Amino acid sequence: MEGSEKMTALEPTTYGAVPEEAAGLDIHDHTDVSDYKTIGSPFVDNPKMSARNVNVYYADKHAIMDVSLDIGENEVIAMIGPSGCGKSTFLRSLNRMNDIIPICRVDGDIKLDGEDIYGTGQDTVLLRARVGMVFQKPNPFPKSIYENVAYGPKIHGLAHNKAEMDEIVEQSLRRASLWDEVKDVLDKPGTGLSGGQQQRLCIARAIAVSPEVILMDEPCSALDPIATARIEELIDELKERFTIAIVTHSMQQAARVSQRTAYFHLGKLIEVGETKQIFTMPSHELTENYITGRFG
Amino acid sequence: MDENLNLDQHTSQKYNQELETVRAEVLAMGGLVEGQCRKALKALVKGRAELAEEVASSDYKVNEMEVSINAKCTDILALRQPAASDLRVVVAIIRMAADLERIGDEAEKIGRLAQTLAEGRNGSSYRSDPKHLGKSVLDILNGALDAFARLDVEAAIETAAMDPDIDAEFESLTRLLITRMMEKPASVKNLLRVNWCARSLERIGDHAVNICEEVIFLVKGSDVRHLSLKEIQDRFLQPTA
Repeated sequence: MEGSEKMTALEPTTYGAVPEEAAGLDIHDHTDVSDYKTIGSPFVDNPKMSARNVNVYYADKHAIMDVSLDIGENEVIAMIGPSGCGKSTFLRSLNRMNDIIPICRVDGDIKLDGEDIYGTGQDTVLLRARVGMVFQKPNPFPKSIYENVAYGPKIHGLAHNKAEMDEIVEQSLRRASLWDEVKDVLDKPGTGLSGGQQQRLCIARAIAVSPEVILMDEPCSALDPIATARIEELIDELKERFTIAIVTHSMQQAARVSQRTAYFHLGKLIEVGETKQIFTMPSHELTENYITGRFG
Repeated sequence: MDENLNLDQHTSQKYNQELETVRAEVLAMGGLVEGQCRKALKALVKGRAELAEEVASSDYKVNEMEVSINAKCTDILALRQPAASDLRVVVAIIRMAADLERIGDEAEKIGRLAQTLAEGRNGSSYRSDPKHLGKSVLDILNGALDAFARLDVEAAIETAAMDPDIDAEFESLTRLLITRMMEKPASVKNLLRVNWCARSLERIGDHAVNICEEVIFLVKGSDVRHLSLKEIQDRFLQPTA
């Protein structure tokens, strides 16, 4: 089969599991959403990132259909929806992480501070420093805790000497609420930490390069409830400095951490609004069915 | 979606069952409370002491149902973390159970007073004074429970609109009883008892209005508890063309 060779490029990588849509999983939902228009207001007054009429294709598969959505400065926006709805694909298109999937094509405008991130001459390395990402499974480098955090600042030349680097490492670990637990073992391997600590290490690594936006793709799905609560607490603190977009399968988590929630279904952005409104009085039947656990 | 809450459409069958059970129980509680009110009124106006006693002594059943419904709702909140319409169902049912329990208490009070009136002397001449008020109150209670069973916002608003008449009727009944007191000071004690019954009936009307407001909250998601009837009508009733 022609497609099978391409599929091997879609194996889970260190960049996290590939979105279900890309992996060609069968989605047992045949709702016709082609005529649906987004309910609610996808636009905000102070957008950090803005997506307009974004379409994403995996070869012939139309994974994201005409999605327009703003991500406001210093807000936490949660993206929810059933498997294969396109939420991870959309998240990954925000820092061009989809570029690593060869069959993937992105149409439409995505801007960061008004600047087209898919424009010619855009350096994806610099883009991903400004728009960092935290994945589902903690993926620290097989290096020491210190080096995990120092890696980004080093390749971006953010520190001029050892003292400055120490400062960046400490501050990043403090902001990720990990400093107190690791300050005496900075030379130990990052992979030796617990799952929750590893995930906070990955968050420290992401914020070490002073990004403006942090994308989180189900950051707590591999963690226990206590580690999850710590990450959620952290997200709340991080939103003072960063803009955060989070994809989660846990509706309670979306309700707890975000100010706005976007509901995706079969590649369409169905509804977006204040998180409180979405969880108490959603306007669209599909949103209601999903968050209340009804079949579609 | 508004008209039908699809309580049986969850992926989890057990969750469907839990919501349905608590909904059925609150409907049963409504039926029981309505019966209590009907009996209390009958015992009052017909002077039937044994029926009055039966009403006064069976309020514990209503109380037990409130406790049971609250426990089930607490379990659903803890175990299912309901959202959107499911959450509104649970919240509305908790509030409704409290209103129904209060209605039960008022029926019990009427029962006790009716028993005293029926057993005492000279009660027969005026204990039928609250008959019409009582009928109106039974109507508003029936309307409220019916609107809940059918999740009918229009019926809920129409039913709530009956309350001002009930209040007016209570006022005029009080005036009538005061006149009787002045005419016949010896019966003040009994007339006060009749007035307390009327007061309880009027309170039952208020609780029925609360139930109507819960129906609107459940279906429309808006808390209308402290809005005027006019505001509620303007917001939720479509002007007929």
